Amino acid sequence: MNDMTLVERDVETRKTKISATDVQVYYGETHAIKDVNVEIEEKTVTAFIGPSGCGKSTFLRCLNRMNDTIDVCRVQGKILLDGENIYDKRVDPVQLRAKVGMVFQKPNPFPKSIYDNVAYGPRIHGLARDKADLDDIVEKSLRRGAIWNEVKDRLDAPGTGLSGGQQQRLCIARAVATEPEVLLMDEPCSALDPIATAQVEELIDELRQSYSVVIVTHSMQQAARVSQKTAFFHLGNLVEFGETGQIFTNPRDPRTESYITGRIG
Amino acid sequence: MSDISQTPENGSSKHAGSLLTPNPRTIKRNNAEKRFQVYGIAAIAVGLLMLVVLVTTILGKGVGAYSQTFITLDVELLEKKLDKKGTRNIDDIKKVTTFGYSPLIKNAFKTKVAELGIETDLKLKKQAALLSKSAAGQLRNYVIANPDMIGETVTFRFLTNSRVDGYMKGRVSRDSIANDKSVSSEQLDLVDELVAKGTIKKTFNIDFILGADASDQRPEAAGMGVSMLGSLSMMFVVLGLALPIGVAASIYLEEFAPQNWLTDIIEVNISNLAAVPSIVFGILGLAVFINYMHLPTSAPLVGGLVLTLMTLPTIIISTRASLKSVPPSIRDAALGVGASKMQAVFHHVLPLAAPGILTGTIIGLAQALGETAPLLLIGMVGFIASNAPDSVASGLLDPNSAMPAQIYEWAKRADPAFYERAWGGIIILLVFLVTMNTVAVILRRRFERRW
Repeated sequence: MNDMTLVERDVETRKTKISATDVQVYYGETHAIKDVNVEIEEKTVTAFIGPSGCGKSTFLRCLNRMNDTIDVCRVQGKILLDGENIYDKRVDPVQLRAKVGMVFQKPNPFPKSIYDNVAYGPRIHGLARDKADLDDIVEKSLRRGAIWNEVKDRLDAPGTGLSGGQQQRLCIARAVATEPEVLLMDEPCSALDPIATAQVEELIDELRQSYSVVIVTHSMQQAARVSQKTAFFHLGNLVEFGETGQIFTNPRDPRTESYITGRIG
Repeated sequence: MSDISQTPENGSSKHAGSLLTPNPRTIKRNNAEKRFQVYGIAAIAVGLLMLVVLVTTILGKGVGAYSQTFITLDVELLEKKLDKKGTRNIDDIKKVTTFGYSPLIKNAFKTKVAELGIETDLKLKKQAALLSKSAAGQLRNYVIANPDMIGETVTFRFLTNSRVDGYMKGRVSRDSIANDKSVSSEQLDLVDELVAKGTIKKTFNIDFILGADASDQRPEAAGMGVSMLGSLSMMFVVLGLALPIGVAASIYLEEFAPQNWLTDIIEVNISNLAAVPSIVFGILGLAVFINYMHLPTSAPLVGGLVLTLMTLPTIIISTRASLKSVPPSIRDAALGVGASKMQAVFHHVLPLAAPGILTGTIIGLAQALGETAPLLLIGMVGFIASNAPDSVASGLLDPNSAMPAQIYEWAKRADPAFYERAWGGIIILLVFLVTMNTVAVILRRRFERRW
């Protein structure tokens, strides 16, 4: 695997942003996630890899309680964000999701203008004092989403009229606009071509400066390229979690090795 | 793996034979497909034929109602008959009943016939009988409205009676009146002469569209206008109640309600309600709104309430369908940036579902507009000879009729002239329905968004 050029690792220990202990997720009778313990650090890209149906997306959606929208889904265990249990009864998921943003597998811009797409989050959270402030936030977010130069002349154009890669970067800009502390990305590049994928990956690397990014991906190369930490999920279990370099070069668990060498999954 | 790569035994393919000659199985399948297409085309042809027959019948029978036979007479408004005191006191003028006006009309008729030099053996009474019974009323209304004109000679356009009108339209002939006491062959001779002199004319009759219903004796004066207002008031009630209630119920059921046996039961029942015969809603309305709540009988408000009940399931079902068709990714996107569930629904889902909701609502309204059965039960088939209601409240609370009920009333009456009016009324109703459905289609086309 020559293309697995590993990003230079930053091994300096960082503060833990999210800490999950003994997380169990049930879909009705199905036990989808079993005893997952994971520590996600701030200003780090953490990748979740694993075969389809292994629960990595489900676990990701637990981190901002998107699973609340599914009636049959139950979550047990503790997930701490900055030391606070996000499944505490007093936590309002709406407030949580402003802090933990999410980018989805399929680009899903609102069928509104590019400007309104980005401005929506700041508007509902009251982040902008006035119109000029909002304009600033929109520009800053679109710049962070690495799409400003492409759309600055047509902010009134519908977001759905952009190409797939642009749409996904718009969605990232939209997620960034609410100034979250953690950004969850559920296979953000699976619907994109290689060029758009490269742009998004570059973007993820930049986002690492300010956010803690958690990315679910099917592509091991992508995990190797963008992440510092990697977690391997298999059949609802967290099999191995560690430095990306170590996971890909010297996995401890035989199942991890089988997966990254292409024998399972 | 091994059994896939195995070659068929003795080397022969299962698809032997040339590709240029179709095999029997393919021929059979192709024939079946052709037969199916023929059935389909035949079905469509039958449908279209029915439609053509329907439209031509309705137009053929109904168009007659839009023209009416009028007779032009110069009436001398004699002061000694209408205002004996000569004070032009409106109360005194009102004391003169339509009987007091009849002689004036007879005189006018006599003058006209003499003026035109027509010889007739008919008595004056028989001559004047060609006019509609509404002529005296028309004259009286005019005089009350313009008391200053008393003493002058004014030209009026009076309706002729329905037999003369039928004769002009070909519905009544000299053969068909053999046993008819209300018109004689001599009278028709007089009509012929008056037509020749241009005194009797058949023209477009706006009063059929704008006027009120008339009594059994005067089909020539009956119009749809007031029942149209009744239907319109009911539609406002239905729109004002069914749209918000229906949309709120659907949003709750679709987006917020937990999935359990209770919501399942509600769902099944809503679907069943949509199939309940409308007369059931009528008797429910009679029991609840009139007998229990003592709302006025025959009032468009009650009609509107009953039709609201009937329309709600339709609106709820179509609203839920259009909410369901909004892709879940939009909801995820909104929730993902920290919108609350309600914000996600109202800011993103509802605007996307709006064209579907509006279409469903308009179709529900169109259904309600054409509904007759429930109106029969709450008494909205009354004879309403009054003119337009003078306020919104009276429009909702005073007795009124509705278009389909009015059509039913006319079709029920004995005089064939009413039958023609029933068909004419159906044309107006259909124009309304077609307009509403067109609006629904345009709305759907224009606001349908892609995502």
